[in-house]
Amino acid sequence: MAVVGREAQARRFAGLERRGQVRLALLLLPAVAFLLFFYGYPVAAMLLRSVNDPAWGSQNFEPLVTARSTIDLVVAELPMNAYVRVFGITLQIALGVTAATLLLGYPVAYALASLPPTQANLLMILVLVPFWTSILVRSYAWMVLLGREGLINQFLVGVGFAGEPLQLLNTRGAVYVGMIHVLLPFMILPLYAVMRGIDRSLLRAAENLGARPSQVFRWVFLPLSLPGVAAGCLLVFILALGFYITPALLGGQRDVMVSMLIQQQVTQLNWGVASALALVLLVFALAIYVAFTRILGVQRLFGGARA
Amino acid sequence: MSAPSIAGPTTTERVAGRRVSGRRQRPSVGRVLLLTATGLVLAYLVFPVFVVVPLSFSSARYLQFPPPGWSLQWYQNYLSREAWTSATWLSVQIGLATAVLATVLGTAAALGLVRGRFRGREALNAFIVSPLIVPGIIVAIGIYFFYARIQIIGSPLALALAHTALAIPFVVINVSATLEGFDEKLEWAAMNLGANRWQTFRLVTLPIIRPGVFAGALFAFITSFDELIVALFVSGSGAVTLPRRMWESLRQEIDPTIAAVSTVLIAASVLVLAGAEVLRIRGERLRTGRVPDEAAARGAVE
Repeated sequence: MAVVGREAQARRFAGLERRGQVRLALLLLPAVAFLLFFYGYPVAAMLLRSVNDPAWGSQNFEPLVTARSTIDLVVAELPMNAYVRVFGITLQIALGVTAATLLLGYPVAYALASLPPTQANLLMILVLVPFWTSILVRSYAWMVLLGREGLINQFLVGVGFAGEPLQLLNTRGAVYVGMIHVLLPFMILPLYAVMRGIDRSLLRAAENLGARPSQVFRWVFLPLSLPGVAAGCLLVFILALGFYITPALLGGQRDVMVSMLIQQQVTQLNWGVASALALVLLVFALAIYVAFTRILGVQRLFGGARA
Repeated sequence: MSAPSIAGPTTTERVAGRRVSGRRQRPSVGRVLLLTATGLVLAYLVFPVFVVVPLSFSSARYLQFPPPGWSLQWYQNYLSREAWTSATWLSVQIGLATAVLATVLGTAAALGLVRGRFRGREALNAFIVSPLIVPGIIVAIGIYFFYARIQIIGSPLALALAHTALAIPFVVINVSATLEGFDEKLEWAAMNLGANRWQTFRLVTLPIIRPGVFAGALFAFITSFDELIVALFVSGSGAVTLPRRMWESLRQEIDPTIAAVSTVLIAASVLVLAGAEVLRIRGERLRTGRVPDEAAARGAVE
C-alpha cells in the first residue's frame, strides 16, 4: 500500500516537473523565434549567397584562391593575392592588438586587484568611462590628437623633436593606437575579475615556504591568473577581427581590414563575393572561439545557463 | 565587476608576497614601477575621451588646440541644425524601442535558461548569445540583404528590430547573473500564500531581479544608441541615426559641431555609469541583504 502510494506520488511529481520544464522552455520561445527571424535566417541566407549568387558554384571563392587576384584598392599593387593580403593584414592587426592589450592590461588589472576594493572600484571608473563612450567619439578624439595640427604634432614640433608635423593620422600606427584604446577595457575587465578571485592565502603559503616575491608571482599568481588571460585574449582577438569603424577612420589606404573589404564588395554589388568573404571571416572567428573554449577549456565568456 | 572580499583585512593584505600596508615606510621599486605603469595606462584610456571637451567650447572656426577663446557656438549649431537634432531624437526613439523589446524578450529567455533543465538548453543559450561573437559586419550585411528583399530599408522600426536582435544577448547575460543567486524558496512561499504565477513574478521575482533587468535595458539602449554598422547599411535616407550622422561628419569635414555632440555623449555616459554603479550596489543589497563595501566599513554587524 505504502509503496503504491509513494509510486503514485513520484509519478505526480514527475508530471509536475515535466510541466514546469515545458513552461520554462516556452519562456525561451519568443526570444528564439525573434532571433531566428531577424538574425539567424538573414545571416544564413546571406552565407548561402556565397555559393548561389549569381549561380550555384564556387566562383565567389575563386578570387580568394587565385594567385593574383586584385581588388580596386591600393593593396592591389602588391604582388600577392589582394584578398589573402587583406586577411593577412587583419590577422596581423588582431594579433598585435591582442598582445598589446595583454601587455598593457595585465599590470593594470594586477595593481587594481592588489588595492582595497573601494579604491579599486574608484580607479575602475577610469576604465569604464571610455568603455561606455561611443567608439565614434573616441575615434574623433584620436583624429584630433593625431592630426597634422593635432596636439601630439604640436608637442613634437614644440619641443623640437620634429622639424615639421609628422604624418600620424591615416597610418597603421594610428589604427593600433585607436583599436588598443577601444579594446583595452575588454582585456582588463576579465583579468581583474579572475585576479580578484585568487585566494590570497595561497600566496601567503608560498611566501611562508620561502619563495621570493618574484617566485610567488611566477609559480603561484601567474598560473592562477591564466584563465583571465585566456578569456581576455579570446574576447579582444575576436572583436578585433571584425573591426570596421576605427581602421576606416584612422587607417590609411593600405590598412584595409576584412570588414572594410566586405563593405566595399557590397557597395559594388558583388554580393556573392561579399558573402564568401563573410563566410571565411565567420569560420575564422568561430574556429578560434571553439579552440579556446574546447581545447584550452576557457570558461564561456558570456554567461547565461551554466554547464 | 563586483568585488568579492579578499583574504584578511586590508592592512595586512599581501599581494604576491609584498606588503601593501601603511606600516612599511617605503614601497618597493617594483611596486612603484607597477603603479606608474598603471597610471600611464589609465591616462591613455581616459585622456583622449576628455580632450574633445575643451574643443567643444572653442571660439575658433577650425580645430585649434588650445582654443583661442571660449564660445557656445558649436552647441548652438548642434541644437539649431535639423540634421543633428532629428538624428539625435531618432536615435533616442530607436534606442528606447530596442530597450523595451529586448528587455521583455531577454528577461523571459533568461528565466527559461537559468531555471530550465530541459535538453537543448545549452544549444539555445549558445544561439541566443551568438550575436556577440559573430562580427558586426556579417550581421549587418545579412540584415541588409534581407531588408532589401522585403523592401524595408530606411524604416526606423526595421532598424529598431535589427538592434533588438543585437541587444537581446546583453539582457539575457545581465538578468541571468541576477537569477544565479536567486533563492527560489521566496517564490514557493509566495505561491503557498496563494499568489498565482504572474503575481509571484510581479510581486516577488521582478523586484529582486530588477537591478539586472535595468542593467540589461541600459545595455540594450546603449547597444542601439551607439550602433553604426547595421545603421550604415539599412538606415537609408529615412532613418539617419546619430552615429550615422556623426560618421558622415567625420568622413567629410571635421566640423567642430561634432565636438559638442561628443561632449554631450560623454556627459551622458558618465551619468549612465554613475547610475549603473548605484544599481549594482542596490542589487547586492537586495540579494544578499547587506551593502557590499559599506558593510565591511561598518564592522559587519550581520
